[in-house]
Amino acid sequence: MDVSSTKTPMNEKVLTRNIGPDLVPTDMTAYEANGGYRALHKVMSGMSSNDCLEVIKASNLRGRGGAGFPTGMKWSFVPMGEKCSPGHKYLVCNADEMEPGTFKDRLLMECDPHQLIEGMILAAYTIQADLSYIFIRGEYVVAIERLEQALVDCYKKGYLGENILGSGYDLEMHVHTSAGRYICGEETALINALEGKRANPRAKPPFPQVSGLWGRPTIVNNVETLCNISHIIDKGPEWFQSLGLGEDAGTKLYGASGYVKNPGCWELPIGTPVREILEQHAGGMVEGRKLKGFLPGGGSTDFLVEEHLDLPMDYGSIGAAGSRMGTGTMIILDDKTCPVGMVLNLIRFFAHESCGFCTPCREGLPWTRQVLEDIEAGRGRKEDLETLLRQVKYIGAIGNTHCALAPGAMEPLQSALKYFQSDFEAHVEQGCCPYASDIKALDVKAQGESA
Amino acid sequence: MPTIYIDGTAYEVEAGKNLLETCLNLGLDLPYFCWHPSMGSIGSCRQCAMVQYQNEEDIRGRIVMGCMTPVTEGAMLSLQGETASEFRKSVVESLMLNHPHDCPVCAEGGECHLQDMTVMVGHRDRRYRGKKNTHRNQYLGPLINHEMNRCISCYRCVRFYRDYAGGTDLAALASHDHVYFGRHKDGVLQSEFAGNLVEVCPTGVFTDKPLLNDYSRKWDLQSAPSICVSCAVGCNTSPGERYGKLKRIQNRFNHEVNGYFLCDRGRFGADFVNSDSRLSFAGVRQEDGSYRAIKADDALSEVASLCQQGTVAGVGSPRASVEANYLLRRFVGSKHFSTGMGDLECALVRQVVDTLSQTRAISPSLHQIESADAVLILGEDVSNTAPRLALALRQAARSKARELAADMRLEPWMDAAIRNLAQDQYSPVFIVGVHESRLNDIAARSVSLAPDDIARLGFAVAAEIAGRRLDGVETAIAALASTIASALKAAKNPIIVSGVSLLNASVLESAAAVAEALLSDEPEEKNVMLSLSVPECNSLGVAMVDDGEGVGFDELAERAAQGDIDTLVVLENDLYRRVPAEKIDQILGDIKRLVVLDSLDNATLSKSHVALPTATFAESEGTLISSEGRAQRYYPVFVAEDDRLASWQWLSELGQVLGLWGFDQLAHFDQVEQACAQDMPALSNIAFAAPNHQFRSHGLKIPRQPARYSGRTAMRANVSVHEPQQPTDDETPLSYSMEGLSVGLPSSLMSYSWSPGWNSNQSIQKFQHEAGGAIKGGSAGVRLITSGLGVDLHNCSVPKPFQPSDTGFLLVPVYRVFGSDELSIQARAIAELAGDAQVIICSDDANKLQVADGDGVVVIAGDTKVLLEVLVDSSLAKGCVGFTQGMPGAETLVAGSMVLLQKSEDWQRRKPELIATDNPNAPNPEHRGVSGVSYV
Amino acid sequence: MSEQQLIQSDIALSAEEIQQIEAELVHMPQKSGAAIDALKIVQRQRGWVSDESLVAIARYLEMSPEALEGVATFYNLIYRQPVGEKVVLFCDSVSCWIRGCEGVKQKISEALGVDYGETTGDNQYTLIPVPCLGACDKAPVMMVGDDLHTNLNNEKIDQIFAKKMGKEEDA
Repeated sequence: MDVSSTKTPMNEKVLTRNIGPDLVPTDMTAYEANGGYRALHKVMSGMSSNDCLEVIKASNLRGRGGAGFPTGMKWSFVPMGEKCSPGHKYLVCNADEMEPGTFKDRLLMECDPHQLIEGMILAAYTIQADLSYIFIRGEYVVAIERLEQALVDCYKKGYLGENILGSGYDLEMHVHTSAGRYICGEETALINALEGKRANPRAKPPFPQVSGLWGRPTIVNNVETLCNISHIIDKGPEWFQSLGLGEDAGTKLYGASGYVKNPGCWELPIGTPVREILEQHAGGMVEGRKLKGFLPGGGSTDFLVEEHLDLPMDYGSIGAAGSRMGTGTMIILDDKTCPVGMVLNLIRFFAHESCGFCTPCREGLPWTRQVLEDIEAGRGRKEDLETLLRQVKYIGAIGNTHCALAPGAMEPLQSALKYFQSDFEAHVEQGCCPYASDIKALDVKAQGESA
Repeated sequence: MPTIYIDGTAYEVEAGKNLLETCLNLGLDLPYFCWHPSMGSIGSCRQCAMVQYQNEEDIRGRIVMGCMTPVTEGAMLSLQGETASEFRKSVVESLMLNHPHDCPVCAEGGECHLQDMTVMVGHRDRRYRGKKNTHRNQYLGPLINHEMNRCISCYRCVRFYRDYAGGTDLAALASHDHVYFGRHKDGVLQSEFAGNLVEVCPTGVFTDKPLLNDYSRKWDLQSAPSICVSCAVGCNTSPGERYGKLKRIQNRFNHEVNGYFLCDRGRFGADFVNSDSRLSFAGVRQEDGSYRAIKADDALSEVASLCQQGTVAGVGSPRASVEANYLLRRFVGSKHFSTGMGDLECALVRQVVDTLSQTRAISPSLHQIESADAVLILGEDVSNTAPRLALALRQAARSKARELAADMRLEPWMDAAIRNLAQDQYSPVFIVGVHESRLNDIAARSVSLAPDDIARLGFAVAAEIAGRRLDGVETAIAALASTIASALKAAKNPIIVSGVSLLNASVLESAAAVAEALLSDEPEEKNVMLSLSVPECNSLGVAMVDDGEGVGFDELAERAAQGDIDTLVVLENDLYRRVPAEKIDQILGDIKRLVVLDSLDNATLSKSHVALPTATFAESEGTLISSEGRAQRYYPVFVAEDDRLASWQWLSELGQVLGLWGFDQLAHFDQVEQACAQDMPALSNIAFAAPNHQFRSHGLKIPRQPARYSGRTAMRANVSVHEPQQPTDDETPLSYSMEGLSVGLPSSLMSYSWSPGWNSNQSIQKFQHEAGGAIKGGSAGVRLITSGLGVDLHNCSVPKPFQPSDTGFLLVPVYRVFGSDELSIQARAIAELAGDAQVIICSDDANKLQVADGDGVVVIAGDTKVLLEVLVDSSLAKGCVGFTQGMPGAETLVAGSMVLLQKSEDWQRRKPELIATDNPNAPNPEHRGVSGVSYV
Repeated sequence: MSEQQLIQSDIALSAEEIQQIEAELVHMPQKSGAAIDALKIVQRQRGWVSDESLVAIARYLEMSPEALEGVATFYNLIYRQPVGEKVVLFCDSVSCWIRGCEGVKQKISEALGVDYGETTGDNQYTLIPVPCLGACDKAPVMMVGDDLHTNLNNEKIDQIFAKKMGKEEDA
């Protein structure tokens, strides 16, 4: 894991400041030595929950899980004081990192667990939650170990439990390991999973902020989002705003995978241009391969292409270009890799991870998969391209489906049909995948038939 | 009232509804699957899509789900627009990817909501080239057939079965396009409401197994409005007949009573109509005990001659119509008429009639019961004695959820959201019985007590409400009583549920006492309900016909002994189910001649000198009075075969043959009913239960057969190629044919619903004021009993505490939804589920006796010894032993007597899987008597 | 076997399992809330969740077997069929696919003689595809038991399963 990044005043390392190239995990001592839990002490010795909320609002921090919803605003919907009926309130960390091509939260949790926990304590305090969960995918064995150890240390230190640092504020924190399901990344599905139920997303309204876990007010935030909290409280919103290059505030973990020289994950000012990330940090494309396109923020974002390389990686600019910054971890498509195969791989994933609750997703994705399998295996027909366009129209809009999974799944497909139409047509005309090594073709055929 | 615009047209609509309901109420066809008027919205099928526009400028709009989108003032919508209709088409097309298209061999075909919706959206050509997913089907018992390949994953089945009916053994399994709806493993569905899956499922996944085994299409079924005879709740049903056989029972919507749902005893129990033990011809008993069939006319003159010699007494029946009982009473005279109920039961039913007409509390309809926000059940195991009532109480327990939802401004139809919000919070439900109830899962407290102690608790609650402490009451009872009292006082719509089934007058009195106490507490704000269950479909009716003047069995026995009875006429009644065999044998020994009118062979009938074959509810008309006090009419579905006649007809003709006074004016059903209304003040409104035989729909009779009824000219071709003339029906407005008109009918005459494009039972919404609301023609039936000025409870005494004795046990009746009822157990499918009669022993006593489930125990009551199978139920009240009331093998046991138990050494155990676990009657072994039940 | 027999047959939860489940129940307002945790606890002990285990858990959490089955069959990492001593979670998601994971998967299948969902004859390994493992910068990747293996290629596969293939040569 390369986390080196050019040290300029404009490029202060915040989330990864405790993470060296050696990736040695930061324990309590090391964390505190580097200013850890300073924010916690600050808050517990005299900041009201409302003070904290105002700071986060002012910081213009936006959710790092993909949707980019302003965090302060999200928290402000939680009923406080008199307005809240008696009972629990919950803070949940969404550490169910399963977005294809995304590998940022793992780094934060494995190498600096306390940063996340401090952020969670502060977030929980802000909404006056008394119970909090880290909902983490079961495969993150190392992260789970280190988080659990960190929790033990926090209870020892009095950072968790009853009357935290004499403030009179109580908070319990637990690690919940998921049994594995992409849809658990959707906050209401995650809540159902925490209730020990099938992780079907819930209808909104009501939003979790008012009726979430066990019907109580609940906030669900992404790991990276929560990791920012302690720093914002510590150094203030203005400082946080100053970190960003464009309209957005703070830093962002960007990543690149695929055939780049130096795949990795780097903390950079939010708004760093795509080209800088790809060329300076990822080291450009592997010899003999050219960039054909890229998914800016994980498997459920639209393809962008060469012409978009100079866009700043922030919510607005990428959105304006017809995609989403999503998780900020880019998946690079090169000229030797089949775009149809790549989309098929993604659709196969989403079809399998559909929870099966609503019709367009449950039935529409497998149909899309079948068509793509036919095309990739050379069984494609002319009308299949219309079928794909129809599926995009049918499944692709939020509101057509119960949650955002299927519309997300359609994003790479619809943009691939736009940018790589000729590749789809070539498959149909030539009756085979022009890119295919035999193995790949075989494999696709095999799976095509077994589907 | 907000105004909304659909495809440019402005509509004034009701606020608080969702767009789907609203469209349906406006008569617009908006396809849907997962939404159900009784179960609300979850937004899973995405079928009811519309396009909503932000404003005039917005020309694209966005797709919204009708069922998930509330009506808002000025909302601009499109239903017909291409975006919306194309989307709805796509939904059906994708639902069809894996659907087997096996309509020709599917039992749902012709009444399939999926078929209707497919046609409605205009989907036709299949474009998907992939393979279809297939599933393994499960064995779900004798009632329900499972064909998962047809599933469109609308989640309605589990939402009804689990969320609405409280069943546990059906669930959504697996995920993505492999979702499967079934059990953990093959086995009988445990819920007594499983049959509703047949109607809830929008396609052919869950179908009616008995119908499937002897199948006819919906359009080939002849049907008429009917009333369930399996218990006293009076659910409205729509029986379907073809080839002279009753093929199936479907729910007939009545907003006040059963709504959309029936229990399985009602749905599948009516198969007794097809039983082999039906009588076809009149018979005269010969020396050797065999019967000689005689012509109906000869039978009449035979009986007439018997009746001319000496005194005649008549025994009526709680399962015979008001009209038949009235005619018998008039035939023999009120002083020689018996209701046919056991003396104690008769007194208690009488007590129910008096209580309901005296109390200031409401005798609620099931619909009213669903709105109750606090429930106290005193001694009535409603899940087994009045199942549909239990289902209504389940909905009452959700009042708490509706409350919480209102606080959060969630509309009542937002089902998923409300369940997530309320989780397991229920309105207070207190269940006091002799053993745990299947409603235990929603109970705040569930307590097992001996009958007298149940009454004591009731009186204690009444006292607490009045701010007093019942004298000499045990502290534990007092504590519980005050908890219950405060919960009931805090409620706006409290309901007290009790009944006759424990055969304990004090229990009934205590229930009335609680209701009255609540009304005295703060009468104006409160809407206090008192629901009293009676055993049979017309228990209340026969008691009201008798009007307290008749004779009981004890008196009959005396008179017979004194030779004062020469001929006894028994109407649809097996006396051996009413009083101990010795007494009946004595009566029948002392009288000279016995005439029995009945439809099925039974112990009493086989002792008769003359037997007259009667028509069942499915072949005759009549009025039944439900435990609510509602008079409801049932009509013949098909013409009785052979010499079978409605009981009222036999009696009417008998009276005419004998030239009894006035019987010449009692030749027709309407005449009988008029006479009954005139003679019996309490029944004066009975004629309003339904229109008389002169009613016409725009001048035409109402067809029993749907417009598409097929094969009429051919169906008898094997007998004769000549098409017989259609039978005429002079007694009712209905005709035995497809000709006629069923437009603008009162609901009491609606036997089935159909509307162009709506061939499934979902078509009912076309006949309702609003989706899920009352039928435009009004709810069927008329309430005969209205509240009074208060029950006089001064001379009712609180029973002494029950003392468990170490020498014997108190024998208490335990009821089985499948088995305790006389007629439904004659249905093959029900008999299969009923199992054998059992003795129910609590675990301590079972250990003392060293017996377990499936062992044999001899129950010794005086000289009578009965060998029964053991069912251990640790929730049974201390010092009591239960027996399965009314089940073959246990008839000779009498509730309330003290008995001894003795382990039987030479007893053949049944196969383990047949014992308890897979028998829906048995308490769920998962938590049989372990969870929630406490003892006082 | 009837449910009754199942319940009676000796599939009770071990003291250790119960103690771990109880620890989860502490912060659950409803017993059923611990359904997933309980399934995972029992699976850790027994390798997989048999019908008998499922019924035992359901009884302990006062749920119906159906309700728990609905949960168990929803999640990818609850095994309702026996698996080998080690489960090979092979990432077949997009980044690994681009970096040629299909070739590696073929290699594994040859090495172990199993395809997805199958268990080796000696019951050592079960091969299962898994969604993105979040190590895309080191694609292709997989987990063998609890260990993450990155930058996979045929050589690495040989090393990882060397012992196993050794066995096969002996055989």
